[in-house]
Amino acid sequence: MSASALAHHDGPPADYLSDSTVASWLLTTDHKRVGILYMISVTVFFAVGGLIAGLMRLELMTPKGDVLATPDSYNRMFTMHGVIMIFFFLVPAIPSVLGNFLIPLMIGARDLAFPKINLLSWYVYIIGGLMGVWILIFGGIDTGWTFYTPFSTMYSNTMVVTAAVTVFITGFSSILTGLNFVVTVHTMRAPGMTWFRLPLFVWSHYATALIMVLATPVLAISIVLVGLERLFHVGIFDPKLGGDPILFQHLFWFYSHPAVYIMVLPGFAVISEIIPCFARRPIFGYRFIAFASVAIAIFGFLVWGHHMFVSGQSMYAGAVFSILSFLVAIPSAIKVFNWTATLYKGSIKFDTPMLYALGFIGLFTIGGLTGLMLASLAIDVHVHDTYFVVAHFHYIMVGGTTMAYLAGIHFWWPKISGRTYPELWGKLSALLVFVGFNLTFFPQFLLGYLGMPRRYFEYRPEFQVLNVMSTAGASILAVGLIMPLVYLLLSLRQPRNAGPNPWGATGLEWQVESPPTTHNFHEPVLVTCEPYLYSPEEAEREYAHVQHVHSS
Amino acid sequence: MAHTSHSHSQTNLAQTTDAHAQAHHVIEVRTYVLIYIALMLFLAATVAASFMPLGAFHLPVAMTIALIKAVLIVLFFMHVYYSAPLTWITAVGSLLWVGLLLAFLLSDYLARGWLHILGK
Amino acid sequence: MHTSSTSTAPDEGTQLLLSHFDDLDQQHLTSNLGMWFFLVSEVMFFSGLIAAYTVYRALAPDAFKLGSHHMAMWVGFFNTLVLLTSSLTMAFAVRCSQVGDRRGIVRNLILTALLGTIFLGVKASEYKTEIDHGYLPGRSFHVSEHDAEVLKAASLDANGNLDEAKFSRNKGQFQMMFVLYFFMTGVHAFHMIVGIAAVLIFAVLIRIKWFSGFGTTQVEVLGLYWHFVDVVWVFLYPLLYLIE
Repeated sequence: MSASALAHHDGPPADYLSDSTVASWLLTTDHKRVGILYMISVTVFFAVGGLIAGLMRLELMTPKGDVLATPDSYNRMFTMHGVIMIFFFLVPAIPSVLGNFLIPLMIGARDLAFPKINLLSWYVYIIGGLMGVWILIFGGIDTGWTFYTPFSTMYSNTMVVTAAVTVFITGFSSILTGLNFVVTVHTMRAPGMTWFRLPLFVWSHYATALIMVLATPVLAISIVLVGLERLFHVGIFDPKLGGDPILFQHLFWFYSHPAVYIMVLPGFAVISEIIPCFARRPIFGYRFIAFASVAIAIFGFLVWGHHMFVSGQSMYAGAVFSILSFLVAIPSAIKVFNWTATLYKGSIKFDTPMLYALGFIGLFTIGGLTGLMLASLAIDVHVHDTYFVVAHFHYIMVGGTTMAYLAGIHFWWPKISGRTYPELWGKLSALLVFVGFNLTFFPQFLLGYLGMPRRYFEYRPEFQVLNVMSTAGASILAVGLIMPLVYLLLSLRQPRNAGPNPWGATGLEWQVESPPTTHNFHEPVLVTCEPYLYSPEEAEREYAHVQHVHSS
Repeated sequence: MAHTSHSHSQTNLAQTTDAHAQAHHVIEVRTYVLIYIALMLFLAATVAASFMPLGAFHLPVAMTIALIKAVLIVLFFMHVYYSAPLTWITAVGSLLWVGLLLAFLLSDYLARGWLHILGK
Repeated sequence: MHTSSTSTAPDEGTQLLLSHFDDLDQQHLTSNLGMWFFLVSEVMFFSGLIAAYTVYRALAPDAFKLGSHHMAMWVGFFNTLVLLTSSLTMAFAVRCSQVGDRRGIVRNLILTALLGTIFLGVKASEYKTEIDHGYLPGRSFHVSEHDAEVLKAASLDANGNLDEAKFSRNKGQFQMMFVLYFFMTGVHAFHMIVGIAAVLIFAVLIRIKWFSGFGTTQVEVLGLYWHFVDVVWVFLYPLLYLIE
């Protein structure tokens, strides 16, 4: 029996979107509305970050610096691109939008554990975001998103202290979200929702939230130290006064390497939901995937030194970090293998979310394997700070996180808005993003291997062909990314046609109406079975039926 | 997955009686005072130890005493002794993570000079 | 649903249940756990400082020892005593909220805030003395004759002549001890200020019966925070004041 059927006993209850005053949005404590607030904000920041990326790609079309006039402005561009994309898009994107919206629904709860803190985290994020925009408009910052000392503390003439405060504040938004998720998963699960009945989406987000709580404060303190050193010159990172600049790198990467998993684990979360649904098979190796998420979260803390192979860190420490880095490949590969095994003998439907998800698997695999190359000491010394690294982490962050975010948005859009979107346009956008992405970033692997360093606004003429390819790819990617924005927004003009479960998916969130009501469930929830109980034959019939309903 | 409204309260009851007992454990005043006296003694011990000729063992001794004090506060003042395993894991886990940071940091700094090459 | 509590008066002894929870135990556990995970993040926040301290002390043990000798050990001892006592009164406040003794809660909370304020007052006078002696890092940092002699003795090159670069680095490391001292105790003091404010606010709220059911959950969660700040000091005291 589905919850939506029960809903009609006493008339249709109000859904979470029905109250439309501005105050009702700005003061909401409904996890779904906070998710929407985040969705709008991260979209804005993604657009700004993307625009800056576009300018950089334009600059790099020719070997000479011509579009942005000075190297200084180019330095500010890549720094702002990194800061905005990482702190204001990649870190919050999936957890704060989809995680916020879905975790309570998936575990059968009426809300997150701390609804007010959830809203607070959005406000903190917005304060940080406004400061970020302020920096962007009034001077920028040129240290790179990594704020490496001693450049940031002694030489840079830009708004380092303001940026430090911004990152500090935004970090708290992340900590609050993480805290909320961890506690929610522990205490808010519905009766019968045991740990091994949790959707893998929740497991991945739990692992993410643990990293947010454990790692983000270290970033906060290291960024405070940078601010302090810059303001008072007391020698914290100045070798002349007994400080050590490399200590900053240690503290910074103690956060920032796990932060990579803050960005990509939620991507795994989305993919683990979509693959079984569109392959119509139960996920292969549920427990392995669940534990792999936690393993990635833990291993992620043991490998930060692989960013510092050429920094002056001890070679022995470097070797240890290098070996440990290979460990991360094990749980990551477990996930990829299990998704692939889920596809095996499935009756696969290539709908938009599935296309994005399959794109994710391919791109993430390339990103992950090149990550292994970078984890080996010897190769890293050769390609360190070249475009090889740039291509690698874009494969993880854009090819991984952003693809997964788009996959998730397309998958749950009917749930979030109550509407379907034009499938053909969706498929086209997935295709364009995949092609555009590869055309943008694959040449950068070659560029890096040939020795083009990152973070320069001029380059040697022999690199031009590959750079032009990359810029051309970026424009295709841009079209592919703008399309969903247009057709998803246009879909809001239609009547609500999605129905509770347009994909024939399992999971508690699909048993309530679309869009869900304010308190999610009308009756207390009791969970009696595992997730992903897809049977190919039965599901296919159901799926065909749903498709039929759609077209009529 | 199915929804029913019936067996809800029973299941919950079974789940939470344990938590209930843990949540409302009232510790005797006597216990608090004893812990307080122990803390005072360890405080005196830590100062006394700083005057003793312990050489290289000053830091380990001081840290051990501090750790014992912290454990006493965490176990009794913060009620962890009477709390669910999760609270234990949380408390121990945070300490472990600090250890992790320090261990890997020191693995770099202690091994810096081993190669006898400047800067390696 | 069971709403049993330690109190016999159901209307006063029971906490209100927020709409997204199923029962009071879940609500209590959730708040408690929320504070615990917040404290985990606080531990990691301090761990960044502890890491900097560990590395710099390992690199310059003598400079740190020299710096530590300028700390007022007995003042620190007194302050540790005050802070541990405040933890006891805070534990009593939590106990009073569990057994439903409203006046006891308010009394113990005010005592806690008072002890916390004494700690901060002592700390402030300590800061003042240190700043007067020129120990505040930055432009006004002043190395006294005696300290300079000790640092010079540690800065000789192979021929027994003064190595100026080494001397300046040693002075920097000596200053580093005070950088970390001021920063770590400063961050701790900030947590104390927040704590005292919260304790006083809670005392008022308990007094005016703002919280349902003696605010058991609220006072307990506040207590966790207070004890944590105490634990931090337990480590800071030997690390900063007692280096031998």
